[in-house]
Amino acid sequence: MENTVCAIELRGITKRFGEVVANDGIDLKLNWGEILSLLGENGSGKTTLMNMLSGIYFPDEGQIYVGGQPVSIRSPRDAFANGIGMIHQHYKLVDVFTAAENIVLGLEEPGRLDFRAAGERVRGICERYGFDIDPDQKIYDMSVSQKQTVEIVKVLYRGADILILDEPTAVLTPQETDKLFDVLQAMKADGKAIVIITHKLHEVMALSDKVAVLRKGKYIGTVNTAETTPQALTDMMVGHTVTLNIDRPRYEKPVKRLEIQNLTVLDGEGIKRLDGVSFTALGGEILGVAGIAGSGQKELLEAISGLCPVGEGEILYTPDGQEPSNLVGKTPMQIRKAGVAMAFVPEDRLGMGLVGSMGMTGNMMLRSWKKGKGVFVNRKDPNALAMQIWKDLEVVTPDTEFPVRRMSGGNVQKVLVGREIASAPSVLMTAYAVRGLDINTSYTIYNLLTEQKMKGVAVLYVGEDLDVLLELCDRILVLCGGRVSGVVDARKATKDQIGLLMTRLDGKEGRS
Amino acid sequence: MGNFMNLFIALIIAAITYGTPLLFGTLGETLTEKSGNLNLGVEGIMFMGGALGLGGVFYYEKAAGAGANGLVAVVIGVLCAFLAGVLASLIFSFLTITLRANQNVTGLALSIFGTGVGQFAGEYMRVRENGYISIGNHLKTFFQNSPFPDVLQKIPVVGGVLFGNSVFFYLGLMLAAGMFFFLNRTRTGLYLRSVGESPATADAAGIAVERYKYLATVIGGGISAVGGMVYIMTIAGCVWNHEGLSGVGWLAVALVIFCMWRPLSAIWGSVLFGALMILYLRLVLPFIPTQIYKILPYVVTVVVLIVSSMRNNKEKQPPASLGLAYFREDR
Repeated sequence: MENTVCAIELRGITKRFGEVVANDGIDLKLNWGEILSLLGENGSGKTTLMNMLSGIYFPDEGQIYVGGQPVSIRSPRDAFANGIGMIHQHYKLVDVFTAAENIVLGLEEPGRLDFRAAGERVRGICERYGFDIDPDQKIYDMSVSQKQTVEIVKVLYRGADILILDEPTAVLTPQETDKLFDVLQAMKADGKAIVIITHKLHEVMALSDKVAVLRKGKYIGTVNTAETTPQALTDMMVGHTVTLNIDRPRYEKPVKRLEIQNLTVLDGEGIKRLDGVSFTALGGEILGVAGIAGSGQKELLEAISGLCPVGEGEILYTPDGQEPSNLVGKTPMQIRKAGVAMAFVPEDRLGMGLVGSMGMTGNMMLRSWKKGKGVFVNRKDPNALAMQIWKDLEVVTPDTEFPVRRMSGGNVQKVLVGREIASAPSVLMTAYAVRGLDINTSYTIYNLLTEQKMKGVAVLYVGEDLDVLLELCDRILVLCGGRVSGVVDARKATKDQIGLLMTRLDGKEGRS
Repeated sequence: MGNFMNLFIALIIAAITYGTPLLFGTLGETLTEKSGNLNLGVEGIMFMGGALGLGGVFYYEKAAGAGANGLVAVVIGVLCAFLAGVLASLIFSFLTITLRANQNVTGLALSIFGTGVGQFAGEYMRVRENGYISIGNHLKTFFQNSPFPDVLQKIPVVGGVLFGNSVFFYLGLMLAAGMFFFLNRTRTGLYLRSVGESPATADAAGIAVERYKYLATVIGGGISAVGGMVYIMTIAGCVWNHEGLSGVGWLAVALVIFCMWRPLSAIWGSVLFGALMILYLRLVLPFIPTQIYKILPYVVTVVVLIVSSMRNNKEKQPPASLGLAYFREDR
């Protein structure tokens, strides 16, 4: 009987990368018609474990059972043969192909390549689960959520009964997330087994039947969602209780540090990315920037730091005890020298700010290469700084020369944020500083930012999580479609209030 | 006016002759690059193809004597050259796919290596055969003359252009059409393109990335090498000389970019480049040194690169992972 209900069972799975043990004797069980959340901090081995199910990695020890039968999954093809399909965090799609071309990729179907028939089948799957994609559309024309849909359809097209989703909601808007969850519920009702990897506790509570928790590569346990609480799950995940309150002291005498007046930024195609943005950032204050993804947050930070040309408007910067000066038209180097630092953490963490193949020391030097005598660079100070960040932020790396590219995402982020804070700026800008980070590390970052604030630094914090914005910031600037839709006091504002400002401008629907 | 017309037609026919080796070189390299492998060793591969193709035909003629069959000779020439290309690109494939060496460095090394091997083989044969390697006039016609009857070739104006070329031009046309069909209409072609665009995606979809890369590179190398043989047999007159075919391989690499990795564009592209190669013989302008003419193909390639990157068309781009090694467990 057990064989008929058990979809996947893992027994004693172990995987090592060199000296690092990514998974250590993991046991896991999932039945048909169930949704299992795999919960764990960064680097706890969630993705590694699922990659072994999908055939990307091969376990060093242990046995995988599918439907009660022991199987050996040596390649993604084996995984498909066993009905396992994985939707990776970074979508595995060919940009210049259409949705249908991507979906049929790698399939061993008899006969000629027939896109009309494939398109029909894709439409069939879409109707069954309520997806909305056009099989003939090219991937590069699609939104993030559409790409994810293509990934899911791709897996279903192969007849997968066991779906693994790696952080599927990380890049989705709340509405898209709701839609995804409806789809997953429909699949569950269809008898499929689903594993979802996530950091977000409220999603775990809302969606899953069971929660399995990993910590530092070890299996901690599985609980039924109905019988647990977010607090209990957090405890399992981090091993000790994390205070959910962010410490928010008040700085006594905030001073005007940055004044933005009527800032307008055009992109390459002449579309207004920022439209008449005006606000003031005070030294000794964390100014949160909220908004739906793509509302102009990136352009705002880039305009201030001189990376992106300003169409109109002024950026007045007042250093301590000096007259204000306009930053518009200055080079990024001049702006940085004046004390405006930016820790921008884009979706692709290594894309901007760090050089993947260099170690921590090398990356520290990217900020100090102009120092040092003559033609030689100073390696001593950057190395000391790297050591300090390594210790203070608990970066997991064998040494300071280990290539940043090979660290896990959270650790890369720590290096980036740590370096920017170390340059002792008087304006510190961060975007998505805690994206993809686990709770403990996030708090380390929050505390670092608050520390900077108490030193009189004006901190700009672009964030996604409204709870964090409300607890961390002093004031929150809300952007909507490239315009300021409101500035609220974070101590008094409510989530609803901000949510409304994010989507509506002057009582009208937002543009994007 | 009629005189001008005749000159123009003669130029086109000569351009086709010079373009045919380029066509093979380009088609082979296009296939290779579609798998994401940037094989810069085309020059060396074509050199080896030229030397070994000529050697194969020469020794066949020597063995068969007067009874040598022209058709067999052509097949032997193609096969020998193809095999030479296969061997050369196997070295490249092993180094870059299995050992994941840097493709640019390996390709450049192969260029030098192949040129050397080709020169050595050619010179060695020449010395052994008393200083002169040449194919008899009877067999030559099979390599150089048109396979079509005289009647068709004598059609006014278009006859010469359409039917007056060597058999290799028509083989090249068929190959280009076949490759277009393969890449765009077949399952295997789709999978091959996905390997060149995003090997991680292809791998996750269960496509054997290494096998596709190996096969595309090896077959592509073979096709390029046939181009080298065609050059020696048609343009160089079935004779080995020191000059070899210097530069044709590099032109083929440039031509792949010029044609935006599309096999059908390679047809007119190679004829255009063929025309640019011989323009200095046909269109002599005062005070312009021939070197200026010879850089024209490269100038055109640079202009095309600039224009295409300015237009930023998503479709007209190199395969996205061109030149990058793929390792599944890398991150």
